[in-house]
Amino acid sequence: MTGIVMPVNGEEVAPAKMSLRDLAAEAVAGIFARPGRTVLTVLGTVLGIGALVATLGVAKTAGNQIVGRFDELAATSVVVTNEQGFFFGPGGDSRIEIPADAESRLLRLNGVTAAGSFGSVEVGGALVRSVPIPDPLAQTEFQMSVYAASPGLLDAVRGDLATGRWFDWGHSERGDRIVVLGTGAAQRLNITRVDQQPVVFIGDDAYVVIGIVDSVRRQPELLNGLILPEGTARQEYGYTSATTVQIDVEIGAATLIAEQAAVALSPNEPTLLRVQKPPEPQDLRRDVEGDVNALFLVLGGVSLLVGAIGIANVTLVSVLERVGEIGLRRALGAARRHVAGQFLMESTAMGLVGGIIGASLGVLLVVGISAARTWTPVLDPVVPLVAPVVGAVTGLFAGLYPALRAAALEPVEALRSG
Amino acid sequence: MAPPGDDVVVPVVELRDVSRTFAAGDVSVPALSDVSMKVGQGEYVAVVGPSGSGKSTMLNLVGLLDRPSKGTYLFEGIDTSTLDEGQRAGLRSRRIGFVFQSFHLLAHRTVIENVMLSTIYNGMPRSDRVPSAETSLLRVGLGNRMDFLPTKLSGGERQRVAIARALVTRPALLLADEPTGNLDSTTGGAMLGLFDELRADGLTLIVVTHDSQVSAHADRAIHLRDGRIEVLT
Repeated sequence: MTGIVMPVNGEEVAPAKMSLRDLAAEAVAGIFARPGRTVLTVLGTVLGIGALVATLGVAKTAGNQIVGRFDELAATSVVVTNEQGFFFGPGGDSRIEIPADAESRLLRLNGVTAAGSFGSVEVGGALVRSVPIPDPLAQTEFQMSVYAASPGLLDAVRGDLATGRWFDWGHSERGDRIVVLGTGAAQRLNITRVDQQPVVFIGDDAYVVIGIVDSVRRQPELLNGLILPEGTARQEYGYTSATTVQIDVEIGAATLIAEQAAVALSPNEPTLLRVQKPPEPQDLRRDVEGDVNALFLVLGGVSLLVGAIGIANVTLVSVLERVGEIGLRRALGAARRHVAGQFLMESTAMGLVGGIIGASLGVLLVVGISAARTWTPVLDPVVPLVAPVVGAVTGLFAGLYPALRAAALEPVEALRSG
Repeated sequence: MAPPGDDVVVPVVELRDVSRTFAAGDVSVPALSDVSMKVGQGEYVAVVGPSGSGKSTMLNLVGLLDRPSKGTYLFEGIDTSTLDEGQRAGLRSRRIGFVFQSFHLLAHRTVIENVMLSTIYNGMPRSDRVPSAETSLLRVGLGNRMDFLPTKLSGGERQRVAIARALVTRPALLLADEPTGNLDSTTGGAMLGLFDELRADGLTLIVVTHDSQVSAHADRAIHLRDGRIEVLT
């Protein structure tokens, strides 16, 4: 120990190192040191994330439900019309007709539950009357619409019969002189029952009434008219082809069937047919969801904020409580960033756990509400996956200030007060 | 870190005119004034003096927990003013062991976990940690307490856990602040026996104490009074 020692610069001294795994292990140990408090801390995030997930799920479920209820009828209807039939196209001879076997062609498409075609029958101005009752004041002859329909039309328009029956292929093929009345027409003609086979006259031709249609959910103009089987109309009035085809499809099949129907009915010139399909259900659903979401997302966000403040508060308290431990760790060789990293990781882990539990509870809530309302629970799969990440990020930000406080502590001060 | 000359032995600790003042409001209070001293490799030095004489301040400076306000501190020949915070932490983790008067054990971690705490900042390979901690605990005679929580231990046992934690990283310098302060005379005596053994193994020891029994075991004692070295024996 003699002589003067020349000081050496410390450039080569290695800084303190700590592996990420050790950091994580210390953070986990810190969390489990006070399990009761950790549970209470995590609760805030659980509520926040749970509220968010439940909100998104319930909004989507309800939106789906509303759309399903309001538009079940519209969403299952495709209508093909042949306005072209009355005009001559640019080529002069591009006139097309809806084929007589439209119904069976359409029923071969997967997703079609019922189909029927109909069109107006030109009766040459003939008036319609029933068996005359001698009442000089009452009107007995009427101008009425006469339609020709294919046998599947009743199902395709979701019609119900008040009495009697609807015609079938046999009536149509034989050209039987029978008729089905719409309820409006029946009232005007004073026919309320068919068990005695009442007769109506179109001009001078008699037709036996076999049924009265009480209601239809689509094509309501049918209710004010007389409906003949297509074959009968063809035979008696030279009816050529239907102008409208009503198709009833399964839910979700409308867009596809709309594309296929025109091709099935007119393979050569599908574009000449006009196809009406329901609006895309997604658009409607989005509107409904938007309304429901806005309010509840704000509520969920507020609960998440409260959760974040909870984490920040508890982490801060825990930093203040563990000042001695922080001093000890610094003395043992922890750098400031190790201390900051540990507290950040603790708060992030609490946020993550809160997010996972919250997302689970949120999903359960959505299922529970749906079960109680007999709804179909609908949830975007991204939501429960992203929710824990949101929780972790919340924890990360909440831990930022306490972690910096912890890192800023001087080891000497920390050891003294610990 | 090689000494600049073969004939010169580099002291582990060398303070050159070191002062440390603390600001208390507008006044600055000197805790240490122009202290110079050297502690060589393998020495056992006691720092004694009344309360408030600057013993703990000196220990914190030597342990790289604090920086001098003035003067130069060479640790193993390295000018510590050239080190950044991370490098100082690195030296603490590899070269210096601390034994605190109040032990500073983590109450929720077992004895062996407390001992292993210093290995995670020191870059010790994971597979070596448990064996090293066990060796260290056997060394201080706590082989049968490894899985206890510190709250179940007596004061003397806690102090020995703290020593095992300081030794597990095989430091060059062991700093102890009142190691017998919280112990009865029997366990205090056992502690001193342990220090004698460590010193025989070549460890450099600096012990702050006001226990004359402790300073009697040391090679020499540095007497501090009012922040100045009064007697250097």
